This record gives sequence, structure tokens and C-alpha cells, in this order.
Amino acid sequence: MQHELPVPHGLVRPGAVSLRGVEIAYGSFRVLDRLDLEVAQSEFLVLLGPSGCGKSTLLNAVAGLTEVDAGEIWVGGRNVTWKEPKDRGIAMVFQSYTLYPRMTVRGNMSFGLQVAGIARAEIQRRVREAAAMLRIEDLLDRKPAELSGGQRQRVAIGRALVREAAVCLFDEPLSNLDAQLRTELRTEIKRLHVRLGATMIFVTHDQIEALTLADRIAVMRDRRIQQLGTPTEIYTRPVSRFVATFVGCPAMGFIAGHLVEGRRFKADGLDLSLDGYQALGEMAAGRPVDLGIRPEHITLAPGHPEAIEAPLELVEPMGSDLLAWVRLGTVSLAMRLPAETPLSLGDRLPVMLPASRFNLFDAASGLRI
Amino acid sequence: MNATVQPSGRRPARLTTGRIGLYAFLPISALFFLTPLYVMMVTSLKTMPEIRSGSILSWPSAHNLDAWVRASSQACTGLSCNGIQTGFWNSVRILVPSVAASIAVGAVTGYTLSFWRARGAKTLFAALMIVAFMPYQVFIYPLVRLFAMAGVGNSLLGIVLVHTIFGLPTMTLLFRNHFAALPMELFKAARVDGAGFWRIFLQIMLPMAVPIAVVAMILQVTGIWNDFLLGLVFTGCRNLPMTVQLNNIVASSQGERLYNVDMAATMLTALVPLCIYFISGRWFVRGIAAGAVKG
Repeated sequence: MQHELPVPHGLVRPGAVSLRGVEIAYGSFRVLDRLDLEVAQSEFLVLLGPSGCGKSTLLNAVAGLTEVDAGEIWVGGRNVTWKEPKDRGIAMVFQSYTLYPRMTVRGNMSFGLQVAGIARAEIQRRVREAAAMLRIEDLLDRKPAELSGGQRQRVAIGRALVREAAVCLFDEPLSNLDAQLRTELRTEIKRLHVRLGATMIFVTHDQIEALTLADRIAVMRDRRIQQLGTPTEIYTRPVSRFVATFVGCPAMGFIAGHLVEGRRFKADGLDLSLDGYQALGEMAAGRPVDLGIRPEHITLAPGHPEAIEAPLELVEPMGSDLLAWVRLGTVSLAMRLPAETPLSLGDRLPVMLPASRFNLFDAASGLRI
Repeated sequence: MNATVQPSGRRPARLTTGRIGLYAFLPISALFFLTPLYVMMVTSLKTMPEIRSGSILSWPSAHNLDAWVRASSQACTGLSCNGIQTGFWNSVRILVPSVAASIAVGAVTGYTLSFWRARGAKTLFAALMIVAFMPYQVFIYPLVRLFAMAGVGNSLLGIVLVHTIFGLPTMTLLFRNHFAALPMELFKAARVDGAGFWRIFLQIMLPMAVPIAVVAMILQVTGIWNDFLLGLVFTGCRNLPMTVQLNNIVASSQGERLYNVDMAATMLTALVPLCIYFISGRWFVRGIAAGAVKG
């Protein structure tokens, strides 16, 4: 991966991360099952999943804060499986409350460097540089209690930056912030990534953060990575119903039905052609499936021969656009329309469901067909 | 403005039966606890003839400080007649290192149990808690034998060790609960910063434990100062604490019983805990509420 912007002196070191067959259990409770993951140098990888899926544990394992029961962890070409956190060439930002309360911002940022025995002038240079990057220079002499939530997280990021580590780990750093700050800091983190070129691994349960930040997203569920791919791949070709539901807002709509002869899909009051759908494998007739489609892929097609008349049930204006809930057979589906579309409840809308945008999942396994 | 509309429902009464009961109870209980103190105070200021003739509640005719002087520097405790002042300094010599050591050991133990997942940590903590509820007397004889074998029996070091050991469960509980309430992520951040066991303890956790250390100090100062049994058994003849010497004065059975001297000596002995209560009442209550098991 190439970055055009100038990189400050000394901030980049090799930062490829590799997890090989990593297993973690707390007593008899398994948290990670034989997990393999390769993160390239300078890549921004997001670990996305619901709480309890093991994503934070995975990050803690990379940091050396959780011991692995089996497998290896490599950072920058070194096997660091049994190394102390400080010797792994990583820095970490946590969710919240991790500034040392009795130290000033400057003290917080310098602490790790002092522990490492780095010369005072060098510490000052790094703190100054990081503070300038995060625009927290005027906060350096304050105590954490005197800072707002957003400022605290900036300082926490600064404390990670001064380590000049090749790998930056983020454990839900934005979750405790209010919506506006979250967006602001998200942009900031992305900017830092572009500027520093450090490898970043970012844990979140927020799919917007994942889509906006990531070079690649690993969607995790039940101790495993379900899908690993670019945000576009994850969004447009989810490998399972779980991934499809987890990513995207509003969530993908689903129609339960089954496959019939001649590449068609049948549900209560619906019969749709699947011409244009790129199937992974064979589509056996009679197989029960869930058909998923994203709100922006349902379109209005007045006069089109294949358009379906669907009654409008509800309209949710979103500012830039609106969500129209229409009834198709027995289910309600959301469609995204331009904000100025003239609509009134009870209208029968001519809707088009393009087969090329379908996502078919096996009803039993939830896996893509 | 629609001024005529009244809020519905009955206005809450200012003075309820419960309140009246409470206001009656408070002065009565205050009186109950203050009377003994009053009796001690006035008795210590009376002369013996006055004590013999009057009621114990009567105000002293003249304020006579002789009893206080005798108690502090002339009363006989056992063979020596230097008053209770030697006991005071003995108690101080026992108190200072015992309080410091027990708090230090408890803080480190509590910190270790909260943050470092040592093997068997849970079992150790459970064992500590069980021991905390066992009566002291059970341990005395084995400890005496053990100390005698180790050569620290009947010495200042011995009593300091004993107080540190017996303070360990309470101190550990206090600090462990305090540290357990701190976010684990703070500890993790320090680990990533490269700080080790002692650095995290000294530079990050200890500065955050000042309030609980104050509570621990109050508990230990009052507890150790008031201790009688351990002081009697483990200190040997030369370092007997004030409480033991007080007992020697008060319980001596020869000659006339000098109530005024006894009272003055008792007040002198109680001075340190009393001061602690007065200065730090708020902290003391907090200490009790923090899950302490001895008062």
C-alpha cells in the first residue's frame, strides 16, 4: 500500500502482523478457535463483530495482554508470542478511562518513554510532535480530570503515537464518545493512518466505523472470522446472513422463500426471476432460502413490465434521502429514495428488485448460495 | 396566570411521627454514650475524699489535676512507678512500624490480587477472608512457639510482625476492593507503556489509593493502639504497650483504689484513638463501610 503524504521522521518501522492458529480459552470457556489472520504492512484492518465474539480478546493477544493457549503471533517478522507488551513494537488505545489520573497530559504521554529510558530531549520532541498532530498542545499541562471525553481520547491516541510503534491497536476507542465527536475523531484516525503509514488494527462493533476506516474488515462471530474482505466486498457480497445483517444501516431486508425450477425464487405472493444473480454454487429447486436486498438497491420503475405493485406503509425522512417501507407479499422492505420523492401513505409503488443485487442465503445454514 | 388551580394530592407533612421519634432518640443515645465520659472526666478532677463522699455525677468542687500528674508520671505499673508515660512511648514505638508495615503489605497484596492473575490468587484471597473471621486466641500459642524458635519472641520486631500478620486480611480486603473498582484498562495501558509490577504499583496505583490508605491508617492506628492481648503476649516486659500498663495500674489490688488516678490514666490511654475519631470521623465511617471487619 502506498501513501502519498510525507511521513514524519522515524515514525515507520516494519509492521506486518500475523496470527497463526491462535487459540485462547478462559478456563473451559473458549474465546478464540484456531484463528489465522495476516495483516499487511501499513494496512488498516478493522475487527468487526457483536460483543462477546472475541474481537477484543484477539487484540489483547496481539498486544500481549492476554496469553494465548496455542498458536503464534508475529509482529514485524518476529515471533512475539511470549514477549512482553512493551517489546512487541505495538502501541494501544483503549476504550476509555485509561489516562493516568494523577499525571498531567504531558506526564501521560511521556510515561512509557521514560520507562523505556529514552533521553529527555527525544521525549520532548516526540510529545511535541504528537501533540501538534492531534492539536492538543495547549492541554499538555492539564490533568485528565480537566479534559472532555474527546480530549481525553486524543491524549490517549497521543500516548500511543509517541511510542512510534509500527503497529497501532485500537480497542473501541470511539465507543464512549457522543455521535459528533465520534465522527470527528474517526476522520482524525484515518488521517493519522494515511500520514504515519503505521499498521492499524481497530476493534469496533460499529459497522459505520468499520466501513469508513478499513482497508479490510474481518467480521467476527462466535470466536471465528466469518468474512475477511474489503468494505465493498463485505457490503455487497456478504458470505452469510449474519454478515449481511450486521453491516449496513438500515439493515438489509429479507424475504423467506424457496428456489423453484428455471432459476426463480418463490415466496408468499411473490415470484421473482434470479436471472443476473451470481450464484456461488448450484441452485437446487425446492431449497428454502432467504433473499436479502439492501434498501438502496430497490428502485422505482413506473411502467416497467417486471415492476411489482407494492403498497407504501411508512415513510422515514433521513434528511439527504428517505426510507420508504413497502409491503411485498408478507414482508415489509425498506427502500432508499431521494428526499424529494412525492409519496403519500397507501400509494401503490411500482418497485423493481434487480436480481443482480440479490443476496441468497441458505435458510438453514445462513450461508451465501 | 391561572392562580386558582391547586396541585392535586396532599402536601407532604413536614413533621412526621418518624421524625419526632428520631429527634427523641438522638439526644437520648448521645446522653447514653456521653455519660461515662462525663463521669470519668469529673472523677479524674476530684480528690479521693470528695469521691468517697459525693455522688459520681456531681461536679468537682475544685479542679484538681493531681490525679492526671500521678497517672502520667508516678503511678505504679508492676514494679516501676513512672506512671503510664513509658507505656505511651512503647505504644508509639509499636504503633508506627506496625501501621506502616501492615498498610504496605496489605496494599501490595491487594494490588497483586486485583491486577496480576497470579496462580491460586482466588484461593489465597478466600483463605485470607476466612482467617479474618477466626478469633485471635487460636493463633496465639502456635505463634508464640514459632516466634520463640525464630528468636523474635518478646521483642519489638515480634509485635510488629504479629500486627502486620493480623492486619493482613483487613488491609488486603480494603485495598483489593479499592483496586478492583479501577478499570482494568488502566493497568493494561501501563503494561503497554512498559511499566512492571513495582512501577505500576508505585507510580500509578498507589497515588490513586491515597483515600483508602487514609482509611486503612485510621483503622490500624485505632486497632493497634487499643490492642491489649497481642501486646501482652508478644512484647516482653520492656516494651509493654500503654493498654497493658493501664491494666496494671487499674487492676492492682494493693491498698486504696485511686479512682481519680485510674480515670485519668484511662483517659490518657484513650487519647490517641479519641483524637483520631474526632479528626477523621468521616473517613472512619467510610472505612467501616468499605467492608472492614474490625473496628
